[in-house]
Amino acid sequence: MPLSITPVREHHGGSRAELEAELAQEGDPEIGYYHSYEITGTVNGPGVRFTLFLSGCPLRCQYCENADTWTLTNGRRVTMGRMLDEVAKYAEFVTTAHGGITVGGGEPMLQIRFLEALLRRCKEDLGLHTAVDTSGFLGARATDEFLDLVDLFLLDIKSGDPETYRVVTSADLEPTLAFARRLSEHGNRMWVRFVLVPGLTDAPENVEAVASFTATLSGVERVEVLPFHQLGAAKWAELGLDYQLTDVAPPAPQLVRRVEDQFRSHGLNVVWERPERGRSSRSTGAAALANHHEWPTATHEVRQRTAAPTIS
Amino acid sequence: MSMLQRPSDLSSNDLGDAWRGFRGAGWRESVDTRAFLQANYTPYEGDASFLTPATERTTTLWGRLTAMFPEERERGVYDVDPHTPASITAHRPGYIDRDVELIVGLQTDAPLRRAIMPNGGWRMVETSLKTYGYDVDPRLAEIYTVHRKTHNDGVFDAYTEEVRAARRSSVITGLPDSYGRGRIIGDYRRVALYGVDRLIVDKTLVKASLDALPSSEDVIRDREELAEQIRALGELRAMALTYGFDISGPATTGQQAIQWLYFGYLAAVKEQNGAAMSLGRVSTFLDIYLERDIDEGRLDESRAQELVDDLVIKLRIVRFLRTPEYDALFSGDPTWVTECLGGMGEDGRTLVTRSSFRFLQTLYNLGPAPEPNLTVLWSARLPKGFKDFAASVSIDTSSIQYESDELVRPVTGDDTAIACCVSAMTVGKQMQFFGARVNLAKTLLYAINGGRDEITGKQVGPVTSPVTGDVLDYDDVLRRLDVEMDWLARVYVDALNVIHYMHDKYAYERVEMALHDHPVRRTMAMGIAGLAVAADSLSAISAATVSVVRDETGLVVDYVVDGDYPAYGNNDDRADHIAVDLVERFMAKIRTYPTYRGAVPTQSVLTITSNVVYGKSTGNTPDGRRLGEPFSPGANPMNGRDRHGWAASALSVAKLPYDQALDGISLTSNLVPNALGRTPGEKVDNLTGILDAFFGAQGFHVNVNVLSRETLLDAMEHPEQYPQLTVRVSGYAVNFVRLTREQQLDVIHRTFHGSL
Repeated sequence: MPLSITPVREHHGGSRAELEAELAQEGDPEIGYYHSYEITGTVNGPGVRFTLFLSGCPLRCQYCENADTWTLTNGRRVTMGRMLDEVAKYAEFVTTAHGGITVGGGEPMLQIRFLEALLRRCKEDLGLHTAVDTSGFLGARATDEFLDLVDLFLLDIKSGDPETYRVVTSADLEPTLAFARRLSEHGNRMWVRFVLVPGLTDAPENVEAVASFTATLSGVERVEVLPFHQLGAAKWAELGLDYQLTDVAPPAPQLVRRVEDQFRSHGLNVVWERPERGRSSRSTGAAALANHHEWPTATHEVRQRTAAPTIS
Repeated sequence: MSMLQRPSDLSSNDLGDAWRGFRGAGWRESVDTRAFLQANYTPYEGDASFLTPATERTTTLWGRLTAMFPEERERGVYDVDPHTPASITAHRPGYIDRDVELIVGLQTDAPLRRAIMPNGGWRMVETSLKTYGYDVDPRLAEIYTVHRKTHNDGVFDAYTEEVRAARRSSVITGLPDSYGRGRIIGDYRRVALYGVDRLIVDKTLVKASLDALPSSEDVIRDREELAEQIRALGELRAMALTYGFDISGPATTGQQAIQWLYFGYLAAVKEQNGAAMSLGRVSTFLDIYLERDIDEGRLDESRAQELVDDLVIKLRIVRFLRTPEYDALFSGDPTWVTECLGGMGEDGRTLVTRSSFRFLQTLYNLGPAPEPNLTVLWSARLPKGFKDFAASVSIDTSSIQYESDELVRPVTGDDTAIACCVSAMTVGKQMQFFGARVNLAKTLLYAINGGRDEITGKQVGPVTSPVTGDVLDYDDVLRRLDVEMDWLARVYVDALNVIHYMHDKYAYERVEMALHDHPVRRTMAMGIAGLAVAADSLSAISAATVSVVRDETGLVVDYVVDGDYPAYGNNDDRADHIAVDLVERFMAKIRTYPTYRGAVPTQSVLTITSNVVYGKSTGNTPDGRRLGEPFSPGANPMNGRDRHGWAASALSVAKLPYDQALDGISLTSNLVPNALGRTPGEKVDNLTGILDAFFGAQGFHVNVNVLSRETLLDAMEHPEQYPQLTVRVSGYAVNFVRLTREQQLDVIHRTFHGSL
């Protein structure tokens, strides 16, 4: 498969040559590399999900919150059998809680063979709802059979303007757009996600381009605008990487609202991102009495290296 | 003119037949609240949209009390009556605001004024009074030290030397030998349904039936207890009369039903300083009366809610006078006014009614609070509207606990209530002899040290040869532990037999037992603390290399762990099965010893807040835990060692078998708000989802806190800004700002799950 990547940034422990070597093969259906897994109730698809983060990614996003997942072999090696055993321990739990399995990364389609084999077993043996969290950059690797295995794609469109996309990710936008069109034609369900970084991705034209493109797709059930946060910065420092967003603050609520409205103006279903304080209309007057809860502005969890679950 | 009757009008029964419109027959002939309930309640399958906010009256009344709370928090107590030994009739009527209250009755003659209850033990009264700066009445001191023997005196007359040693070394701690055992739930609904006179007649007939039996010790005791029950019912009736109510007959309206029922409960908390004074399962019962009033046009929703709010206000101000030592075990002044909501009936209909919602709504109308200890009996089959509302209230208030309706119903039926935290019992038909708990982690250390205490070096357990090598061997340690657990179970059951014999003799729960059937089913509830520490220690010994460190006397005082080991709480069978084995092993041992009054032995995996005290008195353990470090609460994995998120932690706990721990298995969880989802709807969906999933996996109990550590830290700094911040710490909830600093830190150090 021809590589359409020319990364502008090197990454830790590896050169462009190594990255290209990783990209040159599609993995092994029996052996995978993963960073961690966790059970999540947010961001990664409907309901409560077994969320597996595979390692390896061709993109080098400036705001990446999990820079330690960039390199394939930086992850932990696991056999398909062992991985399935672990998923099986939670299969009934997540299914009862209206969820399933989500595989993200890194870029999970880097190990497409492992990913496809895993999802097939999850679907056929465990009856799980399946989701894949992807940039779509490696979408050309997906077979139609693979697309049939995935109940939901969480598709990150990191920018609408190709130049901005390149600045953000160090790679080309077009493969993502092509994959999105293919999912649309194939009848796949999608949640489109856009990470809003002040000064980087927030230009109205950039957002407009994502929104108008998304509006041409069918199968998009919702659009999520994810506000940038600084929780991933520590990992860059740990890895000795040059983090460029140190001085960037999370987007102000007004900015988030403007961007969400841009999507809405295209008739897209934008899911309310910010938590509310008061719960129900009946509890009017109760808010003052209720427990003081704090709402961190960031909504992504950052997977702690120290607490990374492993399969033993 | 208000549709509500003023309390003073209530005693005139001008409404005709109290049972008008009620269906069913069986409950009319014999006292059978469940039969009445089943024949008359209306399941509610809808959502919460019918509920109403607090009225101005309610807010004003509650405001009068909340204004008194800061002083109570500051001093530890608001007020004490040091001169009047409590009884059902000892105090004159008390009011918060007589003109405004819809439901009346206080434990003493003023709100938040605590009574002394010397029958449990004089020393506890004396210590409490001194602690809070009250003079000890010399006349009472003489009565209770010279003329009148107490429960506490009786126990120490009969304790064996082995029990005393085990108690001193804290391998057995928190025994109810100097305080009321509690965990007995009267069927207070009977007072409303039948009126007191009918109950007296009923008990009198039972007592007369015993005349035919030869006067053996058991029969004599039964007769005396029944006589006491009948006397207590008379006192209950007299006490109600002082408030202007004649409760000799059945209640005729919803307001009366609540008032009658509350008088029954009030009589209990006037006389007994039980560790847990639970209410039972009243909301669906009361719903029958409230709905009848609504149908008859005498009540609207707002006023129905007002009545429930008013009852709950009363339940929130139940107070007992207790010692600092007691507070260390059960921190935050808990009373465990546990009320069970929800659940499914044996016929498949839900037991959720509109009043189940009304009770939850009090957490909005009056703000979050630890009491009453609202407990939702969860089933996947509960109506969605109720599940969603309970989850919303949990997310907003962290004030609810959940227990598995599907696990308890087959054992104790669909009229089960929870006493204290997790103790299921059939209301009015079953009681328990509460037994606190033993320290399993310390027992493991005894096994290694041949029965010597790792801190004092004294011989407490049976003399066996201590471990001789430098590296611990799993099979060897397990064999030694088994011997030590045999001894512990024997001494423990011994202690409880003595305690409950004496409690029955000197501090019998007259009015609570009057609201039970005769004969009653009894269980004896043992408990274990330190399960996670013991399991992790054994896992470390098995999977890693654990070397011992001895002091100059040869006593093993520390351990060096080399290598990793799987910890309990990560959904990893290698460690979880060790915990399961310990639970099964101890239960099997308990079963071999005879119990007082033939009580059926059960056990719990529950620590309340004594996990801190137990930790304090336990040396270094082979899992790497340091001397003095708190245990995890209840059946929780050790703080910070459950690293795979909430689901993994909860699924580990769910492996502990309920049929080997019928007195309950407690899990306390902290979830940071965002872990559940981003939008309010998503949070509710996910919380109901994980509750379905946890209980589907045979989980028994879970406390759900939805809070961040930062909130708690801020509350420690600025307590005045968090007067009602409620946190579930164990099988109960507390006002966080009323915990000791040590307990606050323990809560803060618990695992906060950022992911599920």
